Amino acid sequence: MIETILGKYNYWIYIALMMIGFYAMVAKENLIKKVIGMSIFQTAVFLFYVSIAKVKGGTAPIEWHHSHLYDNPLPHTLMLTGIVVSVSTTAVALALIIRIYKAYGSIEEDRVLVLEKEGGKGE
Amino acid sequence: MVDIIEIIYLFILIVCSVAAVRMKDLLSSTVVLGAYSLVMAIIWMDLNAVDVAFTEASVGAGITTVLIIAALSRTTRGEYVPGIEERYKTRKARRLKNGALFIVTLCTFGVLVYGTMDMPNFGDPDAPARHHVADRYIEKSHEEVYVENFVTAILASYRGYDTLGETSVIFTAGVALMMLLRRSKS
Repeated sequence: MIETILGKYNYWIYIALMMIGFYAMVAKENLIKKVIGMSIFQTAVFLFYVSIAKVKGGTAPIEWHHSHLYDNPLPHTLMLTGIVVSVSTTAVALALIIRIYKAYGSIEEDRVLVLEKEGGKGE
Repeated sequence: MVDIIEIIYLFILIVCSVAAVRMKDLLSSTVVLGAYSLVMAIIWMDLNAVDVAFTEASVGAGITTVLIIAALSRTTRGEYVPGIEERYKTRKARRLKNGALFIVTLCTFGVLVYGTMDMPNFGDPDAPARHHVADRYIEKSHEEVYVENFVTAILASYRGYDTLGETSVIFTAGVALMMLLRRSKS
């Protein structure tokens, strides 16, 4: 029991972070808050992957003659790609929000939906 | 066995993320998100993921913050706060919705924690993810790619097509941004 907790508490904290982002994405009405939640979620997932790469006593994955054990370089590489893709996602999401604000004058999801139903102010 | 420094950083992360989600002022929220990204970069430094750490510090903490502030400057800064009367009227529905979503989040948390039970412990040298192809990259990359940094070798050579895909994603995002933000003539 104690061993399980000591070995896995890191993962649980990462999952808690993911869930904070997830809650922001589903429960907040403000669209920018949703983007911020998405950003937190993505970063927490990256943290989870990077933690899988860590080995006890390992050194950074750069060749060094004193090292006998390296951390796993593969998740690092994948997460480098992931960070850049997440920024692209954020940029497109923000551009869409700017368009929504231009069309409806609001970035609150519920108000935009009401305006959409009235069918008035859309482009 | 328990790394105190890491726990402190993780605690700061949790505090920053809750603050970023709960703040009413979107600009402060964005700044706190930048701090969150920077602490995240420090944790990655601690986990020996140096390349990921400096990418996060520049791209995650820098560019994302700038992008959100740019979007805020073209929209509104404050989150919409309903007046007392409206808040009183919608109180019950709001509580019901937030409660239901909180329970959904909690259930997801439980399922994911249950999923970690099958995983190898943190830092386990015998974990399957640590072996197979990763071993080969570490052993052979110096003689095959002539680069000391394994991450660079994998990124640019072994998994070059992944990087090409990443570049095409950025290109697509750039095109989408141009189409979304161009000034219409009307």
